Amino acid sequence: MTMATFEKIASLNLHKRPGFLVGAFILTMSALLALFPGFFAPFDPNAFNYSALKQPPSADHWFGTDNLGRDTFSRVIWAYSINMQMAIVATVFAMLIGVIVGALVGYYGGIADAIFGRCVDAIITFPFLVLVIAVVAVLGPGLTNMYIAITLVGWVYYARLMRAEIMGQMANEYATAGKVIGCSDMRIIFRHLLPNAITPVLTYWMTDMALAILLGSSLGYLGLGAQPPTAEWGVLIAEGRNFITTAWWLSLMPGIAIVLTGLGFSLVGDSVADLMRPRG
Amino acid sequence: MALLEVENLTVSFKTDEGIVTVLHNASYAVEAGEVLAIVGESGSGKSVAMMAVMGLLPRTAEIMADKILFNGHDFLKLTGQERRRLMGKEIAMIFQEPMAGLNPCFTVGAQLDETLQAHEKMGRKARRERSIELLTAVGIPEPERRLKSYPHEMSGGQCQRVMIAIAISCNPKLLIADEPTTALDVTIQKQILDLLISLQTQYGMGLIMITHDMGVVAETADRVVVQYNGRKMEEADVVQLFSNPKNSYTKALLAARPENAEGGRLQIVSDILDDVEGAMQ
Repeated sequence: MTMATFEKIASLNLHKRPGFLVGAFILTMSALLALFPGFFAPFDPNAFNYSALKQPPSADHWFGTDNLGRDTFSRVIWAYSINMQMAIVATVFAMLIGVIVGALVGYYGGIADAIFGRCVDAIITFPFLVLVIAVVAVLGPGLTNMYIAITLVGWVYYARLMRAEIMGQMANEYATAGKVIGCSDMRIIFRHLLPNAITPVLTYWMTDMALAILLGSSLGYLGLGAQPPTAEWGVLIAEGRNFITTAWWLSLMPGIAIVLTGLGFSLVGDSVADLMRPRG
Repeated sequence: MALLEVENLTVSFKTDEGIVTVLHNASYAVEAGEVLAIVGESGSGKSVAMMAVMGLLPRTAEIMADKILFNGHDFLKLTGQERRRLMGKEIAMIFQEPMAGLNPCFTVGAQLDETLQAHEKMGRKARRERSIELLTAVGIPEPERRLKSYPHEMSGGQCQRVMIAIAISCNPKLLIADEPTTALDVTIQKQILDLLISLQTQYGMGLIMITHDMGVVAETADRVVVQYNGRKMEEADVVQLFSNPKNSYTKALLAARPENAEGGRLQIVSDILDDVEGAMQ
């Protein structure tokens, strides 16, 4: 980081953006919980306790216990590891593939671009969740297969964005100027055009991480993602569903965790998008 | 033997409405140390001709020529890698929009460094010294500080000076300037032209100046090619062209200069176009 970068960050006046501060606080706490769940959780998330079944929230068990006596608070905290991992693993590979494919077809155009266009049309025609569920159904349920499924569908959205940005940047003479000084196509694409074209992709990535958590929990809830007894928010909500009338805390607490984390990503994502928007 | 020889260059584009030919059988020759101006209005094929030579046209373009020979290299048979080794090193090119010609994400220093790194075997320190030397040569004040500037922190004239510095960084034998002053205001135009000519003399480069401005031609060129509608109309020594134009299009072009306006009205080129061979109707 150069001095100029620090000055640039300082000039953004982040402390005058309450949305960003709240979001950043939530994400920082979430990251801490995800990295050190054992430090924050008072109980073993998978330890049964038959002397404390389906207890409501109390001083001992802040979020109550489930039908096997497991501490819900500890399970929600351990779930941070898995769910924050989803936000990153389910999006990073989609972004990498999307950026590379989008940059290449945007630069070269022609037949590759035409084929790419048809593929995108075919994938976007289906609702995202339906397509992911179809892929998981073929591969079989489980976390790894869920990541593969989300990546297989999700890269398209990044690639589409990247392609359009690269095409826009190519209209500038610096792309031609790169050729004139003897740069290879790869150098022009990834060294000259990419840094100018990546901003919208990074902004979309922030919102996509929130969506990945929601999607991952949905699949967990449906039994296609993480498998019980793994502590994962979707799984926790699904386990609590049978007792929703007698033990409301079982589903409500992980639900709140999902909402809070999603909110954190959205607030930060909005601020980042706002800051990266060019101003005159 | 000329530095760059182009014989019977024809460029056409495949479009949905069929094949459109934008340049017909044009030939050019530039000697080392000579300034050739290619002058013509928009659509006369002046830029396309040089883009074709440099291999910058999109793949929909079809390029046919009897000969494109640069300093012993046959450009019609060049592989991509051989071409990349020549570009920036032996042939350089500058463009119309200096602001868009520099990459907004990188500092001036990084962009100067890139060309040197690609073509010259120099250490980091030598490259930095050469960059400062180049910026000084193109008349940029405080070159050490400017190395750290981004393009948006500079004026259009300064950006064009940096573009020129990048272009001459490896002592090219030929510099192609595609309307280098069109986007700049008049006082800066003059400075940039003077700079180009002084560098051209100093380095003994061949210079091809693509322009639509007869004033630029008069000030810079040794020889002039006049183009219209994708055809070469006339080629002459600059003094001859202005004193004794042969072609009726050239005559019309010269008559249409602001200083020849009669009674507050400019002459219109299209009035006499009926006589011009190959004119668009």
